[in-house]
Amino acid sequence: MEKLTVSANPHIKGAATTQRIMLDVIIALVPAGVASVIIFGWRSLLVIATCVLSAVISELICRKIMKRSNTISDLSAVVTGLLLAYNLPVSIPLWMAAIGSAVAIVVVKQMFGGLGHNFVNPALIGRIVLMNSFAAAMSHWTLPVMYQSGADAITTATPLVQMSNGTAVKYTDLLFGTTGGCLGETCVIALVVGGIYLVCRRVISPAIPLVYIGTTALLTFFAGFDPLAQTMSGGLMLGAIFMATDYATSPTTTLGKVIYAIGCGAITSFIRIFGSIPEGVSYSIIIMNIVTPHIDRLTRHKPFGSVKAKGEGK
Amino acid sequence: MILGGKKSMEFIKPAAKVRGGVRVPHRKNTSECATVDMPSPKTVKIMMSQHIGAPSVPCVKKGDEVKVGTLIGSPAEGLSSPIYSSVSGTVSEVCDAMLSSGQMSKAIVIESDGLMTEEEFTAPTVETKEQLIEAVKNSGIVGLGGAGFPTYVKLSPKTPVDTLVINGAECEPYITADYREILENSDDILRAVYKIKKLLEIKQVIFVVEDNKPKAIDKLLEVVSDKQDTDNSVRVMKVRSMYPRGAEKMTIYAATGRRVPPGKLPADVGCIVMNITTLGSIGRYLENGKPLVSKRLTVDGSAVANPMNVRVPIGTSAADIFEFTGGFKNPPKKIIFGGPMMGFAVPNDQIPITKSSNALLAFDEKTVGKMSSSDCIRCGRCVSACPMSLMPAAIERAQILGDVDELNSLGVRNCMECGSCAFGCPAKRPLVQVMRLAKQIVNKR
Repeated sequence: MEKLTVSANPHIKGAATTQRIMLDVIIALVPAGVASVIIFGWRSLLVIATCVLSAVISELICRKIMKRSNTISDLSAVVTGLLLAYNLPVSIPLWMAAIGSAVAIVVVKQMFGGLGHNFVNPALIGRIVLMNSFAAAMSHWTLPVMYQSGADAITTATPLVQMSNGTAVKYTDLLFGTTGGCLGETCVIALVVGGIYLVCRRVISPAIPLVYIGTTALLTFFAGFDPLAQTMSGGLMLGAIFMATDYATSPTTTLGKVIYAIGCGAITSFIRIFGSIPEGVSYSIIIMNIVTPHIDRLTRHKPFGSVKAKGEGK
Repeated sequence: MILGGKKSMEFIKPAAKVRGGVRVPHRKNTSECATVDMPSPKTVKIMMSQHIGAPSVPCVKKGDEVKVGTLIGSPAEGLSSPIYSSVSGTVSEVCDAMLSSGQMSKAIVIESDGLMTEEEFTAPTVETKEQLIEAVKNSGIVGLGGAGFPTYVKLSPKTPVDTLVINGAECEPYITADYREILENSDDILRAVYKIKKLLEIKQVIFVVEDNKPKAIDKLLEVVSDKQDTDNSVRVMKVRSMYPRGAEKMTIYAATGRRVPPGKLPADVGCIVMNITTLGSIGRYLENGKPLVSKRLTVDGSAVANPMNVRVPIGTSAADIFEFTGGFKNPPKKIIFGGPMMGFAVPNDQIPITKSSNALLAFDEKTVGKMSSSDCIRCGRCVSACPMSLMPAAIERAQILGDVDELNSLGVRNCMECGSCAFGCPAKRPLVQVMRLAKQIVNKR
């Protein structure tokens, strides 16, 4: 008889793989990508391709230098590249986009041990590094193609800036994304479609996006802002659905997720209401990423049937 | 919740919603295969450790003549169970041999004469609780669902019990042994149920069956609605098929809404839980006094030529059983004693069947495949899958660090190794193995 395999149970495994999960995230990001090409033109595809390519090549080289296994087939670098691209203005010089992607992958992800070990969202740090290094290029907002008239690209302000200056913004523009802004963040419909796909595929739980968006709506409403316009503008939808839900940097339990999302929503609102910068999604998610291990510790499950001791539990 | 009221022709709904679990493929290919009796193999190797507790002590020596039902292993002091010969013939050897779990135990090898001559059995007189416990002890019956806990101990709980939960969930893929017990031996099951109910003054009896076995549910509904159950306290509960609903604590929770605290027994919440085949075996023993010497097994898997249910003498080797069922259609790469979720992969086909075996599976190269694992992505699927509300990913990190205090505070001892976490893991991490290693370092301290 042939040699038999002996291994620990279970002897059958489910269909879920890391690669499939990442592929689902990529599929969910496609509508927003298509929308960006329609809204900002073909250059947005160029920015996306640059970011993805830079992310994948950085990961490949990095793993090689560190003498680790090649992990580009898990598609997580593609996701990081896509997310960073969606957080950049369409007019960004391509070399800057490439640098942002490389920083995200090399410094934030691989230097901390690779997929699952990063403690903050790589794409968001990539964006923050670019914002602080190339402030002008990162806040150069092009008017959507449907509103362009001449040969030269006309610039515009983002809806959040317009609103704080007292200019009214049309809901339909926010919904369809025909406003100034980062190339993947403007089209609310496309992002929500992607989010619903992820929830249906059970890739993400709806807790984080719903609580995050809900908290922001509530707090900005009490501060006297238009909550509907607030939730549909800036990077909130992209952040709440795709960035805050990153597995490695968000809590595991449902209670933990809710606490984390309330934190994200509160910080985003405070920055928008009191801050000197118009948008706070990136910073709020990064701050809550750092708090995540503590939330995880506080919201640990008790084993089944445990009797709560006096003064314990909520 | 104490039952009563409604007609027993209707099944009842679960009393509580069990958390966690995973959707495993059912693959109950053998559900319509009536049990086939396997004739005596040339030799049987009967292990002395077939139950939880102290191994039985061999009471025969080389050269002794034995019949079917001759006592060959007497129960040791404390928690133990007697073991009877499953064939007639001559004892050829008393030796050490390997169990399917990889542990070693004393074993008695018997050369069969092929005649299957039986001892003279007389049905036991069971009129009191003590007589019932004594009879079940003598029958050699242990938990037949896989755990092998001596059944007579369950019948003498230290705390008052009001509920008998009968586990017919059979949530493991492939296995249909309990299902066939329901269809073929419902009279035996009911005989044991009414006897236990009467003598232990049980108030309610709940059969728990998964909804992927409608025929079994119908059969049970049909037999429990007869006249014996005058106060309508024997009921059938249909639970959603989800692995591991058949785990003891999950079954109790679904059936009664009671939670067994960590480290406690079902009796602490007033319940006795028994596997349905265990009850059937008790019923048969009460009828004819023949101890437990054979077991129904589901033989299946991608390498098996003819999947079927067979009743085999205890002690028959895997090789003999596969030969009887018609061998393999593909070369086997992995042989499993038990189900694919919790069963043991064995190193060779000479390992014998024990009392609590309920399936023998063989898989070919293609289905076994190579399982390479990648880094944990912290997706939390293991946490939502764990029926015991543990946090497998956190336990794995603590195990790698060898942090005993952290492992204790994560409650690793509560893990029942059901494999739900590892089944759902997208990074294919060997989490059950990690749990075992973690328990080992916790217990060493």
